[in-house]
Amino acid sequence: MSTSSRMDVRLAAGVTAGKLSGRAIRLLGRGGGTAAPGLIANLIEPNILNKLTGKVRDGRIVVAGTNGKTTTSRMLANILERADLRVIHNRSGSNLVRGISAAFAAQSSWSGEPRGDIAVIESDEAAFPDVVQRVNPRIILLLNLFRDQLDRYGELDTIAARWRASFETLRPDQLLLVNGDDPALATITEDLAAQRLLFGIKESRYRLEELPHAVDSALCRRCGAPLRYSQLFLSHLGEYVCDSCGFRRPPLDFAASEIELHGLDSVSLRLVHDESALDLSLAIPGLYNAYNAIAAASAAIAIGVSPALIVEALGVFRSAFGRIERVTYRGRQLVIVLVKNPVGFDEVLRMLAAGGLSDPALIVINDLDADGRDVSWLWDVNVEQLAHGSSPIYTSGIRGADMAVRLKYAGIATERIHPLGALANSFEQFVDAVPEGGNGYILPTYTAMLELRRMLAHRGVVADFWEQ
Amino acid sequence: MKLSICWLYGSSMNIYGDRGNVLALAQRCRWRGIEAEIAQLGAGDPLVPGVHDIYFWGGGQDREQINVSADVQGAKGDAIKAEVEDGAPLLSVCGGYQLLGHYYRPADDADLPGIGLFDATTTAGNERFIGNIVVESSEFGELVGFENHSGLTHLGPTAEPLGKVRVGRGNNGVDGTEGCRYRNAIGCYMHGALLPKNPTLSDFLIRAAIRRRYGSDVLPMLDDSLEATAHASAVGRALARR
Repeated sequence: MSTSSRMDVRLAAGVTAGKLSGRAIRLLGRGGGTAAPGLIANLIEPNILNKLTGKVRDGRIVVAGTNGKTTTSRMLANILERADLRVIHNRSGSNLVRGISAAFAAQSSWSGEPRGDIAVIESDEAAFPDVVQRVNPRIILLLNLFRDQLDRYGELDTIAARWRASFETLRPDQLLLVNGDDPALATITEDLAAQRLLFGIKESRYRLEELPHAVDSALCRRCGAPLRYSQLFLSHLGEYVCDSCGFRRPPLDFAASEIELHGLDSVSLRLVHDESALDLSLAIPGLYNAYNAIAAASAAIAIGVSPALIVEALGVFRSAFGRIERVTYRGRQLVIVLVKNPVGFDEVLRMLAAGGLSDPALIVINDLDADGRDVSWLWDVNVEQLAHGSSPIYTSGIRGADMAVRLKYAGIATERIHPLGALANSFEQFVDAVPEGGNGYILPTYTAMLELRRMLAHRGVVADFWEQ
Repeated sequence: MKLSICWLYGSSMNIYGDRGNVLALAQRCRWRGIEAEIAQLGAGDPLVPGVHDIYFWGGGQDREQINVSADVQGAKGDAIKAEVEDGAPLLSVCGGYQLLGHYYRPADDADLPGIGLFDATTTAGNERFIGNIVVESSEFGELVGFENHSGLTHLGPTAEPLGKVRVGRGNNGVDGTEGCRYRNAIGCYMHGALLPKNPTLSDFLIRAAIRRRYGSDVLPMLDDSLEATAHASAVGRALARR
């Protein structure tokens, strides 16, 4: 006998364990305590995520993609909060089943009642089918599928096939909201029982001349012939057609245009859906953030949030932790931008190159599990973009020496390349190299960014991220 | 002097930064005043013997490997073999290496025929070998890269391995061999990219090319201190993480 009103003892025990271990880890000073509590909670109640998410009144939105999922989830959560919804969200970017479970346990009562009306769940690519099966999403927001950490995720085709199998389990009342500019995503979301809507960039004057090296899906997934792009915006995202079988970008339900990029500062665009047009103005830079905003706004419209609230919320949005951050340290402006895969790195370098390459930069490459143990991906980055400037480029991190070699083979004069040692010993050296009152750019991989962040927190410059 | 670097199937088979090998060859030519041209040769493009000086063939995803296996049969495969017999240097990594053997045998599908340049066969395995790899070669010394494959390659009686595995799994994880050598051709599982951190190997390929084209063996030295540091740090990581 079971009734929904009766307290679920195992669920409550799992939630309690998750909450207590999260607090204990934070009290012990062992980091943010974002994943281990979820592991413990799942040991006690393996269905903790299914049970907790099932109780969220307005449904679950799962956000997935190689790049931008943390930023997009945060944008969407902020919009929903502005619409007076209580949002449950795995905000620290801990996006495996255990991290999501921990976030839900932390945001539920001791007896296992979630304190939220709606959930925004960022999911890891590999964990995605499991997450979808557990949380029964109302909307799945798909951003892009790029080449990422191949040692961890395997080949792109493997992920695409696993996602397709997951999509085939969806029902007609579930909505797939898909970046139509991504031919891989457009193909694997065709002919499903679930509803599908597409967002993308209708036209933009910011175009790439040719496909970057890191691209995996320049071939039509239907017939194998090369795709032709009439507009190419970023990586393999654009307006495409297959001259062999006729596959082309489907019509966009949410279409962006009038994109204006303002260097490392901001970006603005117009998003049109049915009769309404939203003029979005973001205080974060880059075309990839334009895509994130288009995705978040499209999901918010699909949920029914008013355009005015969406425009407001995105206008005051600030970057997710470490993605791009500005700090003042010893009288210098340091701009810190996370780099984690070829496409993201390419876009960061594109912004730096557009800025004229006169300020010193520090690139910090680690090869720990969260960074990807294989640093081969550095060779897929279009580092050649830096060859025309005169600025000094410093390298650091566990595999900083690999980065120095990458710079050299990109044709950057060796006088500009300054290999430094471990970050702990070289950070101040880099700061010394930035003129007082001047700007410096720091491009760390994920664990290098965490280390940098700890160093800056220790120096009283930034708050620890789990306090945000 | 001018050398033409032929990048086989570069648009469909370019994974794990294998493009770095082509960059390394081109730059190390240019730094010595040798003009370097990169020619991409894809499916359907004919290979004319005598036009190119160095061949590179990288790894790819399974889907792409099927098309390429069909394309390399017949005249194109014969031309590659004729070039290598004539002394042309060639480097192949992972998928390219497998298709230069006799065949690749998937778990539940028909064999993908190779061209039999190397006396080697590859069978799909159940385990993926992922990690830093260090190889000892009597010819090239210590080589370092990153392997990421589930194919198990076994060398035939006439094949010479590239070297012995010191850290990692190599051809098949059992017999301690890695890669294959035949005349001036090399096949291996080492991504990384391989050549930038192993400049001796780059220079072996370039030297073989100028010998064949210009009859000269002279290759000016370069300052490889950044490369040496990166090589040492990669070996250090391999030893620390094995």
